[in-house]
Amino acid sequence: MGIVNRGFKGRHRQAGAGLIPPGQYLVDDFPVLTAGPTQFTPLEEWDFTIVDESGTQAARWTWDQFRTLPAEDITVDIHCVTKWSKLGTHWRGVSVDTLIGNIETSAEYVVAVCDGGYTTNLPLADLLDGQAWVAFGYGGEELESEHGGPARLLVPHLYFWKSAKWVRGLQLRTEDEPGFWESVGYHNYGDPWREQRYWGD
Amino acid sequence: MKWLVATVAETIPETASAVTIRLDVPDWPGHSAGQHVDLRLTAEDGYQAQRSYSIASPPGSAQLELTVVRIEDGEVSPYLAGDLDVGDQIELRGPIGGYFVWVGSDDRPVLLAGGGSGVVPLMAMLRHHAATGSGAAMHLVYSARTAADVLYQDELAKLADDPHRAVTITLTRQGDTGWAGRRGRVDADLLADAGWPPTVGPHCYVCGPDTFVEGVANVLVAMGHDQRNVKTERFGPTGG
Amino acid sequence: MTTTPFDGNASAGDLADVFAFDVTVARTTCALCGDTRPLAELHAYIRAPGSVLRCATCGHVQVRLVRAEHRAWLDLTGVSVLQLPVASA
Repeated sequence: MGIVNRGFKGRHRQAGAGLIPPGQYLVDDFPVLTAGPTQFTPLEEWDFTIVDESGTQAARWTWDQFRTLPAEDITVDIHCVTKWSKLGTHWRGVSVDTLIGNIETSAEYVVAVCDGGYTTNLPLADLLDGQAWVAFGYGGEELESEHGGPARLLVPHLYFWKSAKWVRGLQLRTEDEPGFWESVGYHNYGDPWREQRYWGD
Repeated sequence: MKWLVATVAETIPETASAVTIRLDVPDWPGHSAGQHVDLRLTAEDGYQAQRSYSIASPPGSAQLELTVVRIEDGEVSPYLAGDLDVGDQIELRGPIGGYFVWVGSDDRPVLLAGGGSGVVPLMAMLRHHAATGSGAAMHLVYSARTAADVLYQDELAKLADDPHRAVTITLTRQGDTGWAGRRGRVDADLLADAGWPPTVGPHCYVCGPDTFVEGVANVLVAMGHDQRNVKTERFGPTGG
Repeated sequence: MTTTPFDGNASAGDLADVFAFDVTVARTTCALCGDTRPLAELHAYIRAPGSVLRCATCGHVQVRLVRAEHRAWLDLTGVSVLQLPVASA
């Protein structure tokens, strides 16, 4: 690091006191990062599907059906690989446990697929046991499009690129397939507490 | 591309929200009109932010000039346009980009269309045109929201006082009852008035916010200008 | 096609570390739709974990660049042909 610009503060942030993973800082705002144009899927066209490892659609919900599923209010900390963290963010969503439900599968991996083509991959085990949601509410309001509305994946124990915006379904897989960022340098798993940002970390 | 250390030599207010920063940059390799630099700011805790700014000064000037418009709630522009002092150092790399460049190697007419702070690289082209005594015809169409937002107004009037250069400023917001100039968006009529027929093959440079650039470039191509003669540069979210 | 705040000009500084030539004047042919134009005109998404350049016509991802401290990754699979400037032979 060379020059330090006296008086330059940048976006409002502070160091965490042992509350946040290594290399992160806390922010007050909610930065919007995107790999492509904001998606605006009309609710009457939206559905969420789960496709199993044989390629068969195992479950599907329209928006109205999805909103009849039991939903939870969750408060979690989130950590972006670009180093910002937010503590105590409030979401409302359907647990992935509810969505996977009784689907019989021998798949160990999942690819989350989204409007606009974004994908991310995770072990199925990381989406179960109360670790993940499909979230449609943030901060007491409907989830805004630029933050992934109408619904996004929410997996707070991993770097936030895994919490895929504009999510439309989960594909259960027997083989792991790296997603959009995982295939071009970002860590396949992405545990912020072990600072797994990039390949080989 | 190496990061160089520039020193602020002077800061000149342009409008209530814009400042021109004059920089001394040792080992500056020179640049072409239209190119930009990336600036990098580092806070005391190591946090860094990086942004691109067009070079306002023409090739050959002793100091590098950037004009920064302060964006409300911006992360970088309020610091550059408000807190920088003479003697402060700042990291930059460049010059960047050989695409959005006018060197004046031919005599084809040049249509410049700038929206808000998009006028900055076009100003470098106008200044270069004047400094080299170019015989090419050059017309700047500059869209600003209000009279108070117009950058370089006096200098533009002086530059336009030349047989080869013209400047048309149009305001897009209501108000400014003292304004005797043009109003309204940059549309096909204005571009046809200010520009040249496609058969002449003028160079066209369009710079500004994305909606401005998309709109004007589409109009020029619809008017028959060859897409390869229409160069575009989008600026991120700006106040312009 | 929605519009975007940035274009390939905004990525040129980062890409200058990866390529020996001026990328803004390089022309890419989209692997999906065949549109060919200067890289400067591609739609750039730079407020992201990496930089993404998309076809200005069809939105297909042409270029992805991720930078870590001492490593960078570049994916050009969305470009079927890259025309770049070279010094005359």
